[in-house]
Amino acid sequence: MSVLTLECISQEFGGLRALDSVYLSIEEKEIFGIIGPNGAGKTTLFNIITGIYVPTEGSLIFNGQRLNNVPAYEIAQMGIARTFQNIRLFNKLSVLDNVRTGSYGVSHSGFMAGMLGLPSSRREEKKILSNALQLLELVDLADKRYEYADNLSYGEQRRLEIARALALEPKLLLLDEPAAGMNSTEKEELMRLIRIIREQRQLSIILVEHDMNVVMNICERIAVLDYGRKIAQGTPEEIKNDDAVIQSYLGAGA
Amino acid sequence: MDAIISQYIDAYYFRILILIGINIILALGLNLTTGVTGQLSMGHAGFMSLGAYTSAILTVHFAVPFFAALLAGALVAALFGFLLGLPTLRLEGDYLAMVTIGFAEIVRVFFLNFEPGGKAVGFSGIPQVTTFTLVWILVIIVIYLNYKLLNSRTGRAMYAIRENEIAAEASGVNTTQLKVLAFTLGAFLGGLGGGLFAHYMFFIEPGNFGFMKSIELLNMVVLGGMGSIPGTILGSIILTIAPEMLRIVQDYRLLFYGALLVILMIFRPNGLLGDVRFYDIKKRFSRKEVKSCQS
Repeated sequence: MSVLTLECISQEFGGLRALDSVYLSIEEKEIFGIIGPNGAGKTTLFNIITGIYVPTEGSLIFNGQRLNNVPAYEIAQMGIARTFQNIRLFNKLSVLDNVRTGSYGVSHSGFMAGMLGLPSSRREEKKILSNALQLLELVDLADKRYEYADNLSYGEQRRLEIARALALEPKLLLLDEPAAGMNSTEKEELMRLIRIIREQRQLSIILVEHDMNVVMNICERIAVLDYGRKIAQGTPEEIKNDDAVIQSYLGAGA
Repeated sequence: MDAIISQYIDAYYFRILILIGINIILALGLNLTTGVTGQLSMGHAGFMSLGAYTSAILTVHFAVPFFAALLAGALVAALFGFLLGLPTLRLEGDYLAMVTIGFAEIVRVFFLNFEPGGKAVGFSGIPQVTTFTLVWILVIIVIYLNYKLLNSRTGRAMYAIRENEIAAEASGVNTTQLKVLAFTLGAFLGGLGGGLFAHYMFFIEPGNFGFMKSIELLNMVVLGGMGSIPGTILGSIILTIAPEMLRIVQDYRLLFYGALLVILMIFRPNGLLGDVRFYDIKKRFSRKEVKSCQS
């Protein structure tokens, strides 16, 4: 059964057609890669799925529910979490608070309950804290939990974004260039982390990435976008040998 | 209680302590809106004015008990905070600042022409029932509730809106709802402070709540450190005392006041306590201990 279905999605900005009739279907517990040259519409696709843009045409269906015109925060509450290409952390909050804020969409205490310290809110806070600590343990940032987020190194900030996204207990996780700016050791670490996350959390992952090594290694299926159009889809082997993809993106000899 | 304290403290200092308390309540309200949630409000005196006039009119003209009037003033201010919060959600930064300035001006001009509020002559004969004890009990309650709120799920989400709105939305935060909440709570405290102010001064006029008062309150938050409760308290204390201390330079008082702000912002651009955390202080001390062991 597919978790997310995109039917004939198009997005226009003024005269520019950033996405052109894209069909995608993401299966449960799969790691799905999206690749393509710069400006191909990969991040636009993420922004449509997470409700930042409303698609000009087409429909999005997540677990049987239509996502068109659903506000971004509700989509997050429904279980779609993401990271950002240009890291968007809460810089002047501690690492721990970044992750704790991530669970906002799946916690419920009102502001009065928090202000008065009611038992329901205290219980929930305890749960949020223990979840956050677990996640920081998972991404190996537990001993930096009191640092400000902007004091972390680039690779650490990327991992923190993943931890924050996971705090939302998502069914679908969107990773926008998670390996950007990482060295090869960090990339290995990242691939291991992504696999662990999928196993532990039983979720589907969509990955936008330029690093072919990472994409080919961990994705089960890959779609290739070029000028807003999907030009190919298949297993890493199929994509590597696809003529259209080689021409527009991978280049001969890749 | 007040009688006992005033035996030990000079009447002049006693008065300043009460004003510090009122300013702390006002500034903590503005801190919620601007410091924590990052919605620049330059019309906080407007809420103060609403609270002051509402409570004063209720006690003077309708003989409403003081506490009920105080609460009513705060609630009226909160209502206007809520209403002001709604349309301003589409605005950010400078534009939001302009709307809030406009709002405070409308409130000021309204009370300039409002018959039951004494018009431009001012409103006198308000019972002087705000006491030192009452103010400081309220200060402690407000600090405590602020602290609890900012350390809760809601408080963290408010900081998150200031830090990165898109990421906050992606974490499931209904930013619209929380911005309105921040405006409403901030206005409530503004109205509460206004009511206390009116019943302490026993004479108020629209000029008490002009643009300069809004700026003074904003200064307290910025100087102390945006979003920091101890910072806002320190900012309120310094900026309440500073004009008094500067009486020695007489006519040049405002000049020195301005210079003080400029100098402080040069050396502490994030505010006095804006980036100071208990954790950092602890870490600094523990590092020193390690060094002394090695040497």
